[in-house]
This record gives sequence, C-alpha cells and structure tokens, in this order.
Amino acid sequence: MNETVIFEESRNGRRAYAQAPAAVAALDLPKEFLREVPPMLPEVSELQVVRHFTRLSQKNFSIDTHFYPLGSCTMKYNPRVCNSMAMLPGFLNRHPLGPIEQGQGFLECMFDLQEMLKKVTGMKGVSLTPMAGAQGEFAGVAMIRAYHKARGEDNRNEIIVPDAAHGTNPATATMCGCVVKEVPTDSHGDINMEALKAALGPNTAGIMLTNPSTIGVFERDILDVKKVVNEAGGLLYYDGANLNAILGKVRPGDMGFDVIHMNLHKTFSTPHGGGGPGSGAVGVNERLLPFMPLPVVGKADDNSFCWLAENDLPQSIGRLSGFMGNAGVLLRAYVYMLMLGRDGMRRVAEFATLNANYLQARLRDAGFELAFPDRRASHEFIITLKHQAKSVHVSAMDVAKALLDRGYHAPTTYFPLLVPECLLIEPTETESRETLDGFVAAMVDIAEQALTDADGVRQAPLTTPVRRLDDVLAARQLDLAWKADK
Amino acid sequence: MPFIPHTEDDIREMLAAIKADKISDLFDEIPPELLIENLDGIPEAMSEMEVVRHMRARAARDGAPLCFAGAGAYEHHIPAVVWDIATRGEFYSAYTPYQAEASQGTLQTIYEYQSMMVELTGMDVSNASLYDGASALAEASLMAVRGNRRCKSTRVLLAAGVNPVYQKVGKAIAGSQGLVFERLPLDIETGITSLETLGTEDAPVAVIIQQPSFFGTLDRIDELTDWAHEKGAIVIAITNPTSLTVLKSPAKWGREGADIVCGEGQPLGVPLSSGGPYFGFMACKQALVRQMPGRIVGRTVDLDGKKGFTLTLQAREQHIRRSKATSNICTNQGLMVTAATIYMSLLGQEGIARVAVSSQRNTVELVKALTAINGVEVAFSGPHFHEALLRFDRPVEPVLRALAARNIVGGVAIGDSVPELANTILVCATETKTSADIATYAQALAEVLAA
Repeated sequence: MNETVIFEESRNGRRAYAQAPAAVAALDLPKEFLREVPPMLPEVSELQVVRHFTRLSQKNFSIDTHFYPLGSCTMKYNPRVCNSMAMLPGFLNRHPLGPIEQGQGFLECMFDLQEMLKKVTGMKGVSLTPMAGAQGEFAGVAMIRAYHKARGEDNRNEIIVPDAAHGTNPATATMCGCVVKEVPTDSHGDINMEALKAALGPNTAGIMLTNPSTIGVFERDILDVKKVVNEAGGLLYYDGANLNAILGKVRPGDMGFDVIHMNLHKTFSTPHGGGGPGSGAVGVNERLLPFMPLPVVGKADDNSFCWLAENDLPQSIGRLSGFMGNAGVLLRAYVYMLMLGRDGMRRVAEFATLNANYLQARLRDAGFELAFPDRRASHEFIITLKHQAKSVHVSAMDVAKALLDRGYHAPTTYFPLLVPECLLIEPTETESRETLDGFVAAMVDIAEQALTDADGVRQAPLTTPVRRLDDVLAARQLDLAWKADK
Repeated sequence: MPFIPHTEDDIREMLAAIKADKISDLFDEIPPELLIENLDGIPEAMSEMEVVRHMRARAARDGAPLCFAGAGAYEHHIPAVVWDIATRGEFYSAYTPYQAEASQGTLQTIYEYQSMMVELTGMDVSNASLYDGASALAEASLMAVRGNRRCKSTRVLLAAGVNPVYQKVGKAIAGSQGLVFERLPLDIETGITSLETLGTEDAPVAVIIQQPSFFGTLDRIDELTDWAHEKGAIVIAITNPTSLTVLKSPAKWGREGADIVCGEGQPLGVPLSSGGPYFGFMACKQALVRQMPGRIVGRTVDLDGKKGFTLTLQAREQHIRRSKATSNICTNQGLMVTAATIYMSLLGQEGIARVAVSSQRNTVELVKALTAINGVEVAFSGPHFHEALLRFDRPVEPVLRALAARNIVGGVAIGDSVPELANTILVCATETKTSADIATYAQALAEVLAA
C-alpha cells in the first residue's frame, strides 16, 4: 500500500500543539525583515506523524530486519547500547562551545578514542573531525598536498588510484586540486606493478589504496608498492573502507601508509542511518602530524583535556566542520571499541573473513562463478554473472532484485567497474551460519528460476512496496518536491 | 564473543567447507612479516554493564548547565516523538537507498524533507542534505563557480555577518580549488555589513550573505543581493531554518532573490550533542540543480504505474562520474534529516514560527536584564533575531569561567575569531528559557562582575 505524502494529510488548522511553546506577542522586529507568505508545512496531529513515519520505516530493509550483504559497506549489527550511551543527557545536551570545564567527560572519551585508533592502525596521530569517509579522504589528500608544499614541492599534484577504486578516491583528488592517474589491476587482483612504475614521476603526490582492495583480496605486493612510490617521492594513502577485514591482524602503519581514514560507520559499527551520518577519522604518521585537521583533543600538563587548535598546529590543513565533527557518532564508536576490547577486535577480522570465505566456497560449489577463483576472500568477494547474462539474459541487477523477494538485501551491484555483471558480497562477522546458508539457498533458487522462468526473474521484485522504478522518467521529468497542484 | 554468533561446531564445519584447518590460514596471502600477534595497549573488553557504568560516570561529569550559548548551534525543545521514531532500527540501521524498492521509507522521508526545505527557503529544489552548515557553505561556493562559468574570478565575497568559522571551513575545503574568500567590512556601530566600499569591488564569482548574521543582527539583504547580481555574482544565502518561518524568504531578497540557500539544519530537532552529528541543508533555483552536490530524491512511477521514490540525477555523483563529479560527497546525514522531517511535521509552520518568536522575545528580555548590570552593554544598535553581542568593560574569559562555576554557560566569547570585537560575548535565549532562567543568569552575572 502507498503511504500518502504527509502534505496530503494536512488539514488547515490541525495542530500537534503539545510541542510548540505557547503563543507569545508578535516578533519585535521591523516589518521590512519579515516574511509575507508563510511556508506551507504539513498541519497534522501527533498521532498522524507517529503513524506516518512508523509506516514509512516499515518500508525499509535494514540490518535490524534483514541480512544486508552489501559489499564494501560493512553492514554489521549496530549494538543498541552504543546508541543509548551516546544519548546520555550529559553528552546530548552539551553545547559544542560550552566551557571546557564542563566537557571533561566528553573530551576524555574522545582522547581515549584517538589513542585506541592510533594503536589499532599503527599511526602516530589521529584527528576525529572528518564527518564522513569522503571527508576523511579529503583531509588525507589535503595533508599530502600540504606536506609537499611545505617542502617546496608544490608541483607534486598527481594522485594515483587503481581502476578498482571507490569513486570517492578520484573525486577527492579533484577536490584537492590534483590530477588523477589510474592504474590497472592485473588478472589476479593485484595492482599492475609495471603500470604503477610507469605512472610515477616527479609530479607524483601519492597513491590512494584500499587494502584489502575493493575486489576483496589482499594486495600482496603492498611492500613493493610502498618502495617504488616512496622512491618516487610520493606518499601512501590508505582508504579504510575495508579495515574490517584486517582489524587487529595487520596495521596500515606497519604496511607503510603515511595517512589513513577510517570509516567508523563500517568497522566500528556506528549506524548507517539511511545514508549518514558517518565519521571518517584520519590517522597520520610522524611526518604528517603538523598538518592534521582541527580540532584535535590534547592532554594538558595537569591531565585535563583540551582542544588543540590553530595556535597549536599552525600548519594544519584547517577546519572541515563548524565545530568538531560528528561527536555523537564518535561516542558510539568509542563504546563499541570498549566492548570489543583487544581480543574482540581481532575476532572481528577473523570471523568476517571466515564468513566471507565460507559463503564464497558455498556459492562456488553451488555453481556460481568467482571473479578471482584462485584467491582467498578477505571480508568480501565477487561473483560474476556474465554467463547468465549472455545465456538466459538475466543480469546482476535482476538477481539483486530477485533476492529482495526472498527476504535478502542485495549485495553491491556493478562495482567494482572492472568485473562485468558482478555482485560484491560482504556478509560481516555478526551473521550466523544459518543466515549464510539461507542466502546460498536463495541464490540457488534464483539460478534455477533463471533457467526455467527467466522472465520471472526479470520481473522481480514483486513483494516490495513498489516494483522496479522508472529512473529515466525520474531524471527527465524532475519531481523533487511536493506541490499542492501535483 | 560479543556480537559474533558462531559456535565451535559452526567454526569447524565452516572451515571444512573452505578446506582450511584453522581461521589463521585464511590470512595466508598477507606477507607474514606484517601480521601482528596482539593489539598492545588496547584494553580488555568491557561487558555491557561495565561500559554503561563507565559512560554514565563520564557523562555525569559534564553536568547539565543552563545554556545561553548559540553561535551556530541552538538548544531547542525536541519532542519525544522525534528520536523515538528516528532511532527505529528500520531507519537507524539502513544504508543509503541504492536499492530503491527496499528503501521506500528512507526515500519518501527524504522527498518530504526536500519538499519542506523548498517551502522554507522559497527555492525550487533541495538536496538530501550535506554534512553540516559550514561544509555546506564550502560546497555552495564550489557550486557557484560551476554555475557561473562566464565569471573568471575566483573571489568569493562574504558579508560581514558570515560566521567566521564557516569562512575557515570554506578556505580549507574550497581553497584547494583556487577559491579566495574575502570579507566585507563590518559596521562596528550596527553589526551589519558596511556598504560604503561596495561600489569599488571587482566582480566576484559569488557573494555570501548570512541572515540573521552570526551576531544575530539583520543585514541589508536587499541591497547586498541586488548589488551582487548587478556584478554578475551568484548570491548564496546562509540562513537559520527556524528563522525562515518569520523572516523574509531568501527567494524574496532584492529583486531576484538568492540563487543558493544553505545553512545549519541542527535547530530542526537535532540535539546539541557537543557539535554533531548535525546536517547541512542546501536548496537552489531550478537552473542550478545539475550543479548541486549530494543526493537528490525524485518521485517517479514503477512498472505498474504506481508512484514511488528513487535517487535521481546520479550522473552528478562520484560513484558515476568519479574525478568529474560535482563533489566527492557520498553519504549525507540521512538520520538527522529523518529527525528534522519528523520535527517539521510535528510543529508545522505555526509551531516553528512560535519557536522563532519566543526565542527572539526571550533574547530581547535577556539583553535587557544583562545590560541593566554595570559594565555590560549591547554591542550593536538595531534589531536582533535570537542572538545578541554584549560588550563588557573587561576581558570576558574569566567572566565565562566564573559563570561556568555557577553552572551557567554564559555565551560564546567572540574576540578570538573577530579581533575588533574583544571583550564581547554572544548570547542567545531560545524558547527553552524562562523568565526565571534569565533572572538566574542576570543575578549570577551581577555577582560575578561585582566580585
């Protein structure tokens, strides 16, 4: 059933008055500054609002309701206690510019979080301020640029990215005023070393790498990559999208990375919230310490906690948010890390990897084609449906939609771009074996239906609140806001 | 094992299916010299009971002071419904709505949010949000450059009342693409932009006007907007969403209205939470929609002709266009937008207008009470919205510290970010403050200054 747009429930004069302050005298301002025609917002009762948004929520797939094996997104269980602790009144009602004396509890949490993230990643400094992975990337590349500039090498403006990289990597490089050079991946999933060497030169600023890479395998030549990039004067940037795969097993700092960002909403299980808020804390090695984004939490001589700002880090790349980043998200990550502890963090990588390799093996045995069959899966892996696409005209998108009908959120489709008709599957460590077996059964069921009733698969989904949507129409006849006459 | 469901039997059978002996074998493609044995320095795990006790103790240290600070983040009453519904698992633990059929709840919520922001700002379209107000301004500046290709300038002019931190963030984010941010002079009597030097300025690519200003004053938006348009610049408005129910819509500024409107969405149902997560809003005229960064949701139809919602205009975005995208932004602030949409639905236009009026009147009352004290005066003549700058006869840091000791957040010292405004505090009294609260502050301040 369609849930009406809330504007259509509006009736003149209906109010949810309990929430508004009592009517007071008019605004004490000259008329020239005032609005003549009030905005039209819905006029509905409190119960209508509760029902409307509760019903809308029920139209979503979510981790709390469905297996969500979305590759490169790490959709694992978001512990409820992380939310309730971040929403304790002392944290929730604290004004960001309130006196430091009344923020020591919060600041100590942030300081502890910085310290833990340093140890987990093997980096020398951490700034928590970037508000999402993409902003963490921005901070990282901006620091690389600032480093070269401080050494009089402003010419170094080329950023190398593998062809399998997330779209944010090249987009970030452009935002930082850099030129992007793509290098290919070889047939086993490692970076093509010859192409990398050819791409390096006197203008190389650095390379952005995800390891394990976006194709779900560990970059085996990472130490050689470090060697040749460093020899060319470039720095190494670690995209932490896949940190879940190696948490507590390998540290980016030990691999030789100069700067990293962490997606706390992936590895440290803060909620994705229907697309944000995320948090993209950055870690740096010694030589990038002076350039970290502001503010950073410091510890004063008297063991109290304080903000480090422009006076403390004059070479900083500056501020990326109005205050100090997504504090509430950081608190959730902090609680999660406390509950895992040193052994729990290692188990994250171990069981994420166990689940991925098990699911990979089961799907392979069931007849699905692996994109990189001679490799171990990291925490995720790719299957390609290029043969089904050719023989029965059932695409990766069709299979993704057919999974929705069987109660599973679809894996990531058509990414990375270099594998045709691919599904990137990341089960995460919090899923049970029975769930994975159920998913395999659903995939087998779809493959069988594709042979006998391909059209049925192409019609999927049938059980969701809407069927496949007309994206072309959506882009051609833009309807981006409700209007009374529509 | 916290959050991991595997039994010993599971592990054994799963390894057998993989044909591996033990879990550590699964890491055999990693160069062995890189593997570590344990995470030195990370504490042992805490149980939920222990972690609750630990966090409660930390939160209790931060107390519950009476807060009169604003400066970009405002304490408003948040109805219980807002976060009760927003933290339902179906909203809280869903991802970006790429699979539209499985995400209609999030998508329709964003469409309703966009519709509400279009109403509030008077613009034609809104995106699905950006990270916060400051970064939204940086994105708006880059968008103005893309939308104003005829103009060869890389100068962005800021009215005197633009939040100084927003300028810093603009420089950090947009500066690397060559944008230069310059500030118009402040009229020190009135706290608004001095228009005297306007005629001599070279044509900038964009002009940014904040209303109400960072100081709570009301700037000459009509003159500034018309001047900017005559110069061929794009006009970016920064506004407070609460104020938009009562103050002139940016679409009506000057003869043509602002071209892009952005700002901090936090006042719409998002808690102060030490500075985030908040959300930035952005709306614009139709002609600029393809230059807009971030997610946009559109309404369309499905195979059966039934109405439904989907992400649209994705050809602007990083996962399609890569290095040629309008921004590297990937996620937005989905959960905060969900909260804001619920907040706006509950309060409606009249409810938010009451919040605005009540906050403005309380601030007038606060200013009156505080300036009755010797050594305190209002810094700027002229009207204010729900903030005002107070000038003291002495350095304000010790005053704020003494107030903090009395459990009052007395406001925000401005001298650090605007040197000509030494010895000033920006104060704010929203609808959450009663006359008794205001009297408490006034009495405490009188005692502190007399001490």
